[in-house]
Amino acid sequence: MSVIKSDVLPIRSEQDIVLARQAVRKLTQELTFSIVDQTKFVTAASELARNTLIYGGGGDLYWEVILDGGRKGLKLSFKDEGPGIPDLKQAMTDGWTSGHGLGMGLSGSKRLVNDFEIESTPGKGTRVTITRWK
Amino acid sequence: MDRIPILQMGKFLLVTIQVDLHDRLALTLQDDLTAKIEKTNAKGVLIDISSLEIVDSFIGRMIANTSSMARILDAKTVVVGMQPAVAITLVELGLTLTGVQTALNVERGMHLLRTSLADKEADDVCDQV
Ligand SMILES: Nc1ncnc2c1ncn2[C@@H]1O[C@H](COP(=O)(O)OP(=O)(O)OP(=O)(O)O)[C@@H](O)[C@H]1O
Ligand SMILES: [Mg+2]
Repeated sequence: MSVIKSDVLPIRSEQDIVLARQAVRKLTQELTFSIVDQTKFVTAASELARNTLIYGGGGDLYWEVILDGGRKGLKLSFKDEGPGIPDLKQAMTDGWTSGHGLGMGLSGSKRLVNDFEIESTPGKGTRVTITRWK
Repeated sequence: MDRIPILQMGKFLLVTIQVDLHDRLALTLQDDLTAKIEKTNAKGVLIDISSLEIVDSFIGRMIANTSSMARILDAKTVVVGMQPAVAITLVELGLTLTGVQTALNVERGMHLLRTSLADKEADDVCDQV
């Protein structure tokens, strides 16, 4: 697997969430994803960026356009150094929220992408990585 | 932009969301709409989201909340122009906009509001007789 290009975007304010959505949209267009795939991936990115800001206290979005065999994909990693998630299974359950959300962000994003990985260490932070293949 | 304009058209209010909303702007719109329904005694609200390229859980929640606040104030909410890709994504995300009616475009949404208001007024007259 090789990385064709990559960059980092800050997720430190609500405006950064908007900018992240726009950047991800542009990348999915460059990769000529279908409109439905673009919309699904941008929506997942929006959910994860908001979690990074609200629960993680801010962090960064690392993106990579990757080539694996003959296929191209877009990989996004949302990383924060916030409180972490003590019970991942619970956090991944539809409808579970520790705040005032709908509790659909994590479980819903997982359904919108091809690969979904979450790692979290209480006291250290959280990293959620999603990939969509063309 | 720090506010989305709300147009009054007779007994109805029309909001056209044309920008990628950041979260605070979405909340401001929810508050502004509720206040305006109360002030104008509007009977219906049309929210035109045809320019919105995504609806995530935050915007979805704002639409659902606005609609239930409107219902308490005796106004009906219709969301118009949702792009097909947005609708598909919402279902997969697991969001159901409970109690929110949808229509293809502003014209049809307006028709829906007019008919339901006419039905309601007819019922009210019957109740009085
Ligand atoms: N980056 C993070 N750091 C710490 N906790 C997190 C993080 N992301 C998610 N969580 C925890 O996981 C829970 C579930 O997240 P999820 O996005 O599914 O729902 P939500 O954000 O509460 O609501 P919604 O996204 O539907 O508005 C959150 O309530 C929070 O407790
Ligand atoms: Mg969330």
